[in-house]
Amino acid sequence: MAGFNKIKSTPPRWLLAELTYACPLQCPYCSNPVDYAKYQSELSTEDWKRVLTQARKMGAVQLGFSGGEPLTRKDLAELVKHAGDLGYYSNLITSGYGLTEERIVQLKDAGLDHIQISIQASTQELSDHLAGTESYQRKREVAHLIKKHGYPMVLCVVIHRENIHEMPHILEMAEELGADYLELANAQYYGWAHLNRDLLLPTKEQFEQAEQIAQAFKEKVAGKMKIYYVVPDFYEDRPKACMNGWGTTFLTIAPDGVALPCHSARDLPGLDCPNIKDYSIDEIWNESKAFNFFRGFEWMKEPCSSCDEKEKDFGGCRCQAYLLTGDMYNADPVCSKSLNHSVIQKAIDSAKVSAALSDNEKPLIFRNSKNSRDMA
Amino acid sequence: MTLNLNKPIKFSPLHRLQWEEAQQKDVILYPEGMVELNQSSAEILKCCDGTRNLDQIVSALELKFETTGLKNDITAFLEVALKNGWIQQN
Repeated sequence: MAGFNKIKSTPPRWLLAELTYACPLQCPYCSNPVDYAKYQSELSTEDWKRVLTQARKMGAVQLGFSGGEPLTRKDLAELVKHAGDLGYYSNLITSGYGLTEERIVQLKDAGLDHIQISIQASTQELSDHLAGTESYQRKREVAHLIKKHGYPMVLCVVIHRENIHEMPHILEMAEELGADYLELANAQYYGWAHLNRDLLLPTKEQFEQAEQIAQAFKEKVAGKMKIYYVVPDFYEDRPKACMNGWGTTFLTIAPDGVALPCHSARDLPGLDCPNIKDYSIDEIWNESKAFNFFRGFEWMKEPCSSCDEKEKDFGGCRCQAYLLTGDMYNADPVCSKSLNHSVIQKAIDSAKVSAALSDNEKPLIFRNSKNSRDMA
Repeated sequence: MTLNLNKPIKFSPLHRLQWEEAQQKDVILYPEGMVELNQSSAEILKCCDGTRNLDQIVSALELKFETTGLKNDITAFLEVALKNGWIQQN
């Protein structure tokens, strides 16, 4: 079976540093684990510096400071400075909540290259509702400050059934705020989004209409703004090439120091994901069971193992296979060749039924510590 | 958007051009992305310092590499670079 033979690996290029699970927002589609509240410990500044140094030496060049809300870490500027000295391109992935002009300047001086800010919707009422926190107005102000201080800015809006009808206004908002890049991220159904899927998954008609509007806008703003469009894979018939292949490109470090081949991997059974307190990044990347588990093609079952597209999509997403079929070795059920493909249609049908229910009958479960403790 | 022959060309301040030791390549870095460059593309972009126009860049590179006839290739690459936002003209 998988994982115990070492397979020749390419060096990591992308390091995602999840500095903390603490966050002032409560978005019901958060990609953090639903039981995040049980991971209380956070790495020290020295631990993070060592991780950054070791991963850079191996060839990592893109660095995302993420979370939770990375701004809650008091040593953020110190880590940004360390990353800059090492030659990383550093991205701050933030809710923008609590970001002051003073801190924007401080981070710029420390060498931060780019800020990605999220807004939940194009209207205050809906955005504040989804964030579970009054934050919309402040986020808009922060977006202007980011541009004022010369950063490239990515505006990220997660798209789902609650806000998909706002697509034209979301695009207008991105233009008005001067976004250099607009990430229209159709929700991916892991973590909290999986929990709330019946309330978040749009219908095919809604999705297609929104995509058409976004496509027309993309042509209109060509040369001024770039659009990153993350497809909702439930309406595709081939799976995404998840993480560009397991253990080929991406390295995520969770707040407690656990190294993950993708940010959902700690939910997969039996991987024994290693901790940076016990091993070097080189050992983790090249030697560990977790990072070798789904490298290459040896681990595959049918229909993947004989599929002529396996080198294109690597059988899709392991976490999605596990979440939806109960077996992480299965083909991603999004694939129409998967024997479990019908679970996707069932999910779509189930979401349709929920769309007819009122908020009281089926409320969104917000991402917060209380709900997380209830899930554990 | 097409290249203006008279205006100076500068590398975009929203991107970063950098030598990567691990890859033995020059790369362009931008929010959440990277483009790997071959040697000639990197040499062209390094000339985009905001003081030289197309002809001056061609002359500089032909002098540096002791050759002629580079204009078509350089123009074609800079058109691509402009379209991708890697370079700017005011």
